[in-house]
Amino acid sequence: MEETNTTLIAPDAATENPVSGIDQTAGNFSYDVKYEFDAGSGLSERVVEYISSVKKEAPWIREFRLKALKTFLSKPLPTHWATKDLEAIDFSKIRYYLSSGQKPKRTWDEVPADIKKTFERLGIPEQERKFLAGVEAQFDSEAAYSNVKEAVSKQGVIFLNSSEALREHPEIFRPWFGKVIPTGDNKFSALNSAVFSGGSFIYVPPGIKVSHPLQAYFRINAENFGQFERTLIIVDEGSEVTYMEGCTAPKFSTSTLHSAVVELVALKGAKIQYITVQNWASNVFNLVTKRGLAHEAAEIKWIDCNIGSRLTMKYPGVVLKGRKSRGEVISIALANDGQHQDTGAKMIHAADETTSNIVAKSISVGQGRSTYRGLVHIPKHLKGCKNNTECDALLINTNSRTDTYPAITVRGAENRCQHEASVSKVNEEQIFYMRQRGLTEGQAMSLSVNGFINDLARQFPMEYSVELKRLIDLQMEGSVG
Amino acid sequence: MSSTLEISNLHVSIDEKEIVKGLSLTIKSGEIHAVMGPNGTGKSTLSKAVAGHPDYKITEGDILLDGKSILEMEPDERARAGLFLAFQYPSEIPGVSIANFLRAAVQAHMGESEELDATAYYKRLYQKMDLLKIDRKFTSRSVNEGFSGGEKKRCEILQMAMLEPKIAMMDETDSGLDIDALKIVAAGVNELRGPNLGVMLITHYQRLLNYIVPDYVHVMWDGRIVKSGDKSLALELESKGYEWVKKELVTA
Repeated sequence: MEETNTTLIAPDAATENPVSGIDQTAGNFSYDVKYEFDAGSGLSERVVEYISSVKKEAPWIREFRLKALKTFLSKPLPTHWATKDLEAIDFSKIRYYLSSGQKPKRTWDEVPADIKKTFERLGIPEQERKFLAGVEAQFDSEAAYSNVKEAVSKQGVIFLNSSEALREHPEIFRPWFGKVIPTGDNKFSALNSAVFSGGSFIYVPPGIKVSHPLQAYFRINAENFGQFERTLIIVDEGSEVTYMEGCTAPKFSTSTLHSAVVELVALKGAKIQYITVQNWASNVFNLVTKRGLAHEAAEIKWIDCNIGSRLTMKYPGVVLKGRKSRGEVISIALANDGQHQDTGAKMIHAADETTSNIVAKSISVGQGRSTYRGLVHIPKHLKGCKNNTECDALLINTNSRTDTYPAITVRGAENRCQHEASVSKVNEEQIFYMRQRGLTEGQAMSLSVNGFINDLARQFPMEYSVELKRLIDLQMEGSVG
Repeated sequence: MSSTLEISNLHVSIDEKEIVKGLSLTIKSGEIHAVMGPNGTGKSTLSKAVAGHPDYKITEGDILLDGKSILEMEPDERARAGLFLAFQYPSEIPGVSIANFLRAAVQAHMGESEELDATAYYKRLYQKMDLLKIDRKFTSRSVNEGFSGGEKKRCEILQMAMLEPKIAMMDETDSGLDIDALKIVAAGVNELRGPNLGVMLITHYQRLLNYIVPDYVHVMWDGRIVKSGDKSLALELESKGYEWVKKELVTA
């Protein structure tokens, strides 16, 4: 790691809580005393310039960041349509850049019992638990994934983090960077554009079916699970890749704000499948912008599961720019007490004979709140376009809440769209039926809920779907009795 | 191993209305008791109350399984104690396959100490399915979803075969079945018949009893058992109709 700025800035002696923006209830932690780079808390031009110089970035990136900062500061919070809970974010208290030496961590003893219990129940390998719980800053993925990494690089795949990629392969990545999601798309894409760090930049050459799913895990270090990841995946003509991020295990976070940006580019005939399982700690605001650009006959599929965080706002989208391209969003959301999953999808049809499919299932438990927002846009000059949307909500308790806001604009005589929505409660008779077969109420509820999401859960890779099922069982247990 | 279900002066209400009004009945392992009666007389209520359905309130009387009262037991505890109810209207469980559901149920009955052997489980499952003429492909279908009446009833018997209860209550298992489906279901039940199983066979029509021949027949009327006898009682009821029972009661 390069070190240019050696000025040490000691933490404010008066502050008992040296790492601001952290919710104390998230568990105890201690602060590592090696201060290498300290950008301080709060956001300013100085902070942005600092980040850029630490990363030794080319001037164009620095300019990009500074412009983004201006955009971020000029935009208001979108509370006219989104939850007022956003006002709880204190931007001045957040640290926007931490190097690995600065990551706060805690001892295993300090990790809350219920987190440990979840690891146990999900069958998380011993080695990974310490990393996920914030006890260790690194996870040595070398041994586990070296074979895959070798196979994939033999195929000519480029897989680096954002800084490395922009430095070593600007000719590949710069043309698309910030094009799928422009800086000014929303306040949080602007924030990310100013302070992004880490994330995965991937390029797949033409005619390659990438031999293994690529995972964020391949490049684990503390930075890549940071707050402002920036991901850009470009898949050239006729190629296919699957990318997976996140995991079912609860992730310790030092920051209450996570704002990632993910851009996907599928060139002619390419296929991208992007799978996310999110289970951030319950104090985190997870505000993500994800969008794919599909060219002729290309396919982009988002498989998204949101279980954690205090508030998640995420609407994976596909711009169907090329003829016969296809976009799909498969979404599962679980909202428990104190949680709000505000998710959905965006499908923008911009060529003839394009198709899109959205299937969203949400479960609201306790006082949890789920919101579905689906945007489908098919303008009248297009022909032969189809959209299918299905959104189903399941309410477990009487004070659970769900909202649906479909925004569908379909014009033109030769385009079709279909929208189905349902809200249901867990069927009492069904639960009694299952209990009569010897299952406890908790087991019956779990089965019922797992059955509800089954056809979507099956689309996740096996390891995820097994963990997903266990995670839901755990959540259901807590909701019963 | 011999078991006894003793229902003693049971009074059951739902929504403040009394349906079962002092019913007593004892069922022992190896015995098949048919319970017959017109609609609305409390037959289903009886079976649901014994199974522990939360909507039904037991206002008086007791239910004992092997000498122990089960009134304080949850529905799943009663099930694990050996009680089975073949529902008249089995629920659908979308997204949950028969294989997975039964596996969970069998494991629940085994308790926490034992682990289910998958190979043995599937072997037994297929054996029972073949017996009940249920296509093996059904293992991956969601429980009861899109099933015909006959398929649902056969699925109930399959579950009974896999869970091996001590006492089984079968609530109008014959309703909605044509003669062929009825024969298959009856054959399934007869396979399970033996010294370890006691059965309460609730039925409206005599026809089922031609295939599952009962040891005892009880007639229910207005929430009570008013007449008991052997299998010939069912035939008498068939020829004379429920009006005969009513008349007998009035004149008695």
